[in-house]
Amino acid sequence: MDHTAVKDHAHAEGTQHPVAIYLWIWLLLFVVSSFSYMVDYFHVQGVLRWTLILIFMIVKAGFIVMIFMHMAWERLALKFAILLPPLALLVLIALMAIEGNYTFLTRLASFVH
Amino acid sequence: MATDVITAGAGAPALEGLAGVSADLAADKQAFPVPWGKLMMWIFLLSDTFIFSCFLTGYMNVRISTTAAWPNVSKVFSLAVGQTEVPLLLIAIMTMVLITSSGTMAMAVNFGYRRNRSVTTSLMLITAGLGACFVGMQAFEWSKLILIEGVRPWGSHLGAPQFGAVFFMVTGFHGLHVSAGVVYLCVIAMRVWNGFYDRKGTYETVEVVGLYWHFVDLVWVFIFALFYLW
Repeated sequence: MDHTAVKDHAHAEGTQHPVAIYLWIWLLLFVVSSFSYMVDYFHVQGVLRWTLILIFMIVKAGFIVMIFMHMAWERLALKFAILLPPLALLVLIALMAIEGNYTFLTRLASFVH
Repeated sequence: MATDVITAGAGAPALEGLAGVSADLAADKQAFPVPWGKLMMWIFLLSDTFIFSCFLTGYMNVRISTTAAWPNVSKVFSLAVGQTEVPLLLIAIMTMVLITSSGTMAMAVNFGYRRNRSVTTSLMLITAGLGACFVGMQAFEWSKLILIEGVRPWGSHLGAPQFGAVFFMVTGFHGLHVSAGVVYLCVIAMRVWNGFYDRKGTYETVEVVGLYWHFVDLVWVFIFALFYLW
């Protein structure tokens, strides 16, 4: 009984979205991709460049995960199970950035003198 | 919207929000009310997220710590159109090809749930074709870098030796994912075409392939931003 309910749910979920929503997201992904390409094409530099690149990256990733991968329509428990663990990576990124800077400074100190 | 969520199996109404999370996790029932294959694909993709994140974090670390200048990526991957060098042109085209394939894949999933065999099959084959096209352009990019620019995993005259190592590892691993996805898509497309999922009674496998394919596109979003544009 549970099994058929799951099937019906999946079936209903798939048919609920009209094709239009995919076409819109597709178009938006094109637009945002060209924006990020423009950042390079027009030689935007420094903090503005990095901010724009990261914003466009997150917007695109959000569209793909939420709409194309249907995460927006999943139960909150599944969203938590899949989307929260990667947050641990922020710790790794922070540690490796600190480590990288330390290595860089050590190299400078031993190469230059 | 999906208000007709599957309940505890007892017919009780499903709770929403945080109460729903604790009910889904704590109740004596299947925690995630989705098809098994789909859940396992999500968990596989989660583990793959960690693999690619480790690569990209390693890339960040070597790029911060190298004392040599990082090559001008925008120039390295430029293409000549007539007389002018357009920066990152090949990469921009590859990005657009992959986004287009994600769009056709999303439509394939949609038509799969409508049980439209021929449209689903053709959309999946178009997706696979675009993926093959992407891998072809990547092969072109690799051979250009190896044969003309002389980039090696251990060094190049362009600048920091870490550039080659990161480039071949990250894009190579992504390219392998795309190639595997093309094969996977072709296999499932064939099954859609010969009516396997009509006999099985559900087209959810098409959605599972879709998840994998969109993930490949998702990884490219991060590689494009962090490696090619940074």
